[in-house]
Amino acid sequence: MKGMKRFWGKQTVIAAVSAAALALSGCAASSALNEEKEKPAANTEGDTVKVGVLHSLSGTMAISEVSLRDAELMAIEEINANGGVLGKQIEPVVEDGASDWPTFAEKAKKLLQKDEVATVFGGWTSASRKAMLPVFEQNNGLLWYPVQYEGMESSPNIFYTGATTNQQIVPSVTWLLENKGKSFFLIGSDYVFPRTANKEIKAQLKAEGGTLAGEEYTPLGHTDYSTLISKIKEKKPEVIYNTLNGDSNVAFFKQLKDAGITADDITVLSVSIAEEEIRGIGTDILTGHYAAWNYFQTTDTPENKKFVAAYKKAYGDDRVTGDPIEAAYNAVYLWAAAVEKAGSFDVDAVKKAAGGIEFKAPGGTVTIDGDNQHTYKTARIGEIQAAGQFKEVWNSGEPVKPDPYLETYSWAEGLN
Amino acid sequence: MAVVATQLFNGISLGSILLLIALGLAITFGLMNVINMAHGEFIMAGAYTTYVVQQAFSHYVPAALFNYYYIAAIPLSFLIGALLGFVLEKTLIRFLYHRPLDSLLATWGVSLILQQMARSIFGAPNVAVTAPAWLDGGLTIAGAVFPYKRLFIIALAVICMVALYLYLDKTAAGRKMRAVTMNRSMASSLGVSTQKVDAAAFAIGSGLAGIAGCALTVLGPIGSTIGTYYIVDAFMIVILGGIGSLAGTVFGALSIGMLGTVAEFWTGASMAKVIVFAAIVAFLQFKPAGLLSARTRSLE
Repeated sequence: MKGMKRFWGKQTVIAAVSAAALALSGCAASSALNEEKEKPAANTEGDTVKVGVLHSLSGTMAISEVSLRDAELMAIEEINANGGVLGKQIEPVVEDGASDWPTFAEKAKKLLQKDEVATVFGGWTSASRKAMLPVFEQNNGLLWYPVQYEGMESSPNIFYTGATTNQQIVPSVTWLLENKGKSFFLIGSDYVFPRTANKEIKAQLKAEGGTLAGEEYTPLGHTDYSTLISKIKEKKPEVIYNTLNGDSNVAFFKQLKDAGITADDITVLSVSIAEEEIRGIGTDILTGHYAAWNYFQTTDTPENKKFVAAYKKAYGDDRVTGDPIEAAYNAVYLWAAAVEKAGSFDVDAVKKAAGGIEFKAPGGTVTIDGDNQHTYKTARIGEIQAAGQFKEVWNSGEPVKPDPYLETYSWAEGLN
Repeated sequence: MAVVATQLFNGISLGSILLLIALGLAITFGLMNVINMAHGEFIMAGAYTTYVVQQAFSHYVPAALFNYYYIAAIPLSFLIGALLGFVLEKTLIRFLYHRPLDSLLATWGVSLILQQMARSIFGAPNVAVTAPAWLDGGLTIAGAVFPYKRLFIIALAVICMVALYLYLDKTAAGRKMRAVTMNRSMASSLGVSTQKVDAAAFAIGSGLAGIAGCALTVLGPIGSTIGTYYIVDAFMIVILGGIGSLAGTVFGALSIGMLGTVAEFWTGASMAKVIVFAAIVAFLQFKPAGLLSARTRSLE
């Protein structure tokens, strides 16, 4: 290798540093939200009504969010085939949030101000929701957010059709303590959802007799888990509570198995792994581990049989459904029902009418809670089977009332 | 004791992974001075090639031979990566030599195009590659587990490094490549076809990225964005090692791997990243030319 010589040019250095900076920033567009308080009314003249569909169709979150768009478009098509809403056909305006939070805010503003949509269905990560929230509040828009999240939020301009903590995380921690062990190791991606969720889990463990063996965070997109796994081996927990999001799950589970830890040694319960993610990780690696959701493709209701069949017919036999997909599908129906009840597309009228609206969803009946704009949902825990589907091992029996601020739990005092 | 051994091994393992992803860049960036932002997408191409080979084996090859798909995937990943690199050099890069900022933007555009192409062909969700059975499990010594996959990647990194060294040092083609990178006009006037050499060098660098992609399938996710996870690390290693020095790249990869695992063990993954970056920046303040600076007599 002697003799491989090359001058270290100044231009090259500048360009290399720019290259690194460019790659790091992911070309973040500036958000530039201006503070003017416009209030564009939805444009409802004519035979159609526009609604926004805003998910990441590119970038690291496209893996999950593309399916939500598909589910929402399918629901819109079904409603249109049945005569639409208030006699009008729904016209979706699809935008790409590009896995970049300022882009979500910009596109939301564009949908509200330029397209004058009646409502928007969108988002996945809490970061994207937090970025869109001020836009919807300033413009008095309406956002339907379909993914389980960390709670501690209740915007008057957002309806939450995914689970809040007391419908997913809290019951799953109780179930783990009763069935799998007292010693917990918490791992998560380093952003708002895992950190908030783990704060709640730690308070609950303290109150219900569990112990904390460790708590670790990795950046989104992290791919080397060897060191974290050595720490897990050292602490010997009985349960790993996993709030990793996105691609990191693939790396974590592959490397966990290589390190000789199987589901028999340590139970891993995840809150972000649905049927779609199982396919990308590989079922042989996940078999025997658990996930907490409100819906599985295998959930046994007549509505679900129809839903799964329609989804596969529309997008291909190899596609699978999952909890966020179902929640996104529900959101469209819940909005349509609220509009019908209000007799108007006006945001305030729809919000007022929404409380108590019921929908026979694929995962069981969901009802909108008028107080906090979340939905009553049945909590479920499933074990991953070799075929890549879940076998339900526990459910809450009836829909659980949403409690985003955990006000009914004494141990949660002082968390928010 | 087992923890120390495991952590030492983890450091070497991470170093070997980093070396694999940076080795190709050491040629295209280190020797040829081309800032190729699409390098990560050549890694992605290698990973998807492995997936396609696996699918082909499970459909057209007797089940008994399935476990050997991985052996076939390694050279194929190299070929696909090299082919993509060759096409990119011929159609774009060769017009942009000596214009680093332009090539930076152009190749970044190429990387976005390649990512979208992968999404169009394979779909947005990740695909799964089942590692061959002979890589399952690990070697247990005194309570510490050394996974076969990581041992395999260390071996693969060493093989790639040695092969590259032999190519550059012992073959006529490799010597021509070195001649061109050392003094282009002199090599040209002595009858070396610099265009052919450029294309070959770029193809080899890209092919090595393909092999890295193939290796990463057994450890990590396979999706359209995986290249973006590794591209920053790859550039950092080449710069830390010293541009133009292959030995420097090896040292750079091992030191970042070691420092990263030690820092992560004592703090956490996010903090470790900060520590590694801060250490690199501080180091380059004192030694701007990197660990092993390639000294040269040519005037620039």
